Amino acid sequence: MSKEAKFCPGCGHTIVLRFLYSVLKEMGLEKKAVLGLDIGCSLLAWDFLPINTFQTHHGRVTPTMVGFKRSQPNSVSIGYTGDGGAYAIGMQGLFWAALRNDPVTVIVVNNTIYAMTGGQLAPTTMPGQKTDTSPSGNEQATVMGPELIRSLNAKAYVARTAVNDVAGLQSALRKAFEAQKAGNFSLVEVLSFCPTNWRTKGSETNEFLENMKRVFKLGEF
Amino acid sequence: MTREKQFLTGAEVVVQAAIDAGATMMFGYPITPGTEILSHWIKTAQTRLIGGQAKNLRYLQTEDEIAAGFAVCGSVMAGEKAFTATAGPGTTLMQDAMSMADGMRLPFVSIIVQRGGPSSGTVIYSQQEVNLAIHGGNGESLRLVYSPSNLSELYEYTRLAFNNAWKYKFPTVVLSDGFLMKTRQTVDLNFEIENIKSEPFVSENTQKNIRNIYSFEEELGEKLAQDKKDFEEMAHEVVKFESYKVESCETLIVAHGIVAGAAKMAVDELQKQGKKVGLFRPITLSPFPKDELNKIAQSVKKIFVVESSMGQLRDLVKQNLEVAVEVDGLYKPAEGIEAEEIVKSLT
Repeated sequence: MSKEAKFCPGCGHTIVLRFLYSVLKEMGLEKKAVLGLDIGCSLLAWDFLPINTFQTHHGRVTPTMVGFKRSQPNSVSIGYTGDGGAYAIGMQGLFWAALRNDPVTVIVVNNTIYAMTGGQLAPTTMPGQKTDTSPSGNEQATVMGPELIRSLNAKAYVARTAVNDVAGLQSALRKAFEAQKAGNFSLVEVLSFCPTNWRTKGSETNEFLENMKRVFKLGEF
Repeated sequence: MTREKQFLTGAEVVVQAAIDAGATMMFGYPITPGTEILSHWIKTAQTRLIGGQAKNLRYLQTEDEIAAGFAVCGSVMAGEKAFTATAGPGTTLMQDAMSMADGMRLPFVSIIVQRGGPSSGTVIYSQQEVNLAIHGGNGESLRLVYSPSNLSELYEYTRLAFNNAWKYKFPTVVLSDGFLMKTRQTVDLNFEIENIKSEPFVSENTQKNIRNIYSFEEELGEKLAQDKKDFEEMAHEVVKFESYKVESCETLIVAHGIVAGAAKMAVDELQKQGKKVGLFRPITLSPFPKDELNKIAQSVKKIFVVESSMGQLRDLVKQNLEVAVEVDGLYKPAEGIEAEEIVKSLT
């Protein structure tokens, strides 16, 4: 690990990133890996790992990595994004990368809200969940990313895991990179902590995440 | 090697120039009047032998201009000479990726084929995307913008656009229009320059962390000051203009792109009538040939801007003008301008 984390105390990103790096290393892919970062809390990972990284724009990491991978086919091209970047502003790019089966890996960190901007309604906000911009409770449908991607592409590797399921996280990342090596699209959604915006303390944070698992089913799709 | 002159459309010229410049990848989304660049690139890519040489041209028709632009960003960071072409509302969407290229100093080449605006406007012609080409990002407008007047120039400036984008690492635009793109002319392809090699920004041999967002105001300020310095140094080397019959002229027409072609004919006609009229044509709209314009403007009584926009070129002229001289013009947004109209306006 190269740098001090810029994330809030208790943030789930550091868990995802540390296991992302350890899986790459274990597979001998850390030199081939290129980590593109969406905007949102994801951008804070820009100098966190000792691998090639670059920031992109909000919602645009997927098409950027599609372009990168087409020009460096031997790279392991990874798009790292939040739920808003993936499923709201970036849905068009994500949808088409999956549909075309572009061999890139998209890691979506799902904390049910826009965290960098202070906790607004996201595509993954759960039914009835209160946020800055849904003060009386969310009434819109919740986007099920992996389930949607599965319906677009039978060859893709698609999974949902969680930061408190380390074995599941490692396994999903491993299979995602194997899928990319085999020439297929992969998406791993990771349910993650955001105590800052959830306004949770200690075990409440873990309880929030466990509650998320009732809405977002873990597993491979 | 001297090449025969060829009878080509603008879109065919762009594709030939891009191939000759070493481009191997195009990302694009169909939009009138720029679609033929994408379709002709794809048609050309179907054959591996181009002009007797083995080429591997690749392409992706993306889901929108946003994806086309960001895929270009990813591809050039991976070290490939990639480019895109767009028009009108597509140019608006392309600003997202072009702004990232502004911020990260990416060699981003786009062929912008102007059509009428605002909104869906008209589909063939205008000179209304000057502001977008230069100032379309949420930053400081450090872009290299060429405005060719005919197809031989379209070839030359597309070649230069690629070379200078990779040499100086500023987003580079070839600003054209649907008339130029769809016309067929005899084209001189004898323009020899050595291509600049493309290198990956990141690869297995690097360990780089590249950002476009800064924590402190001063950090961004320093970066922008360096960008501006680099841009000004580049300006001395790339700035281009044409002055036509400006000796002892009293009225100086300023026009760019294909309108400058009509303006040239108007100058000939007006001089025949004994009028002291000349033409100044910025070829690089950005960086603007400021010193050259001011040198000529010192001795004229009037500047007369002619353009197919309500004043986007006029605003550039006024920004750069350092001598007190009257600025008048003929402004026809999204309409073609013929020599006769210019002659009429000045008689």
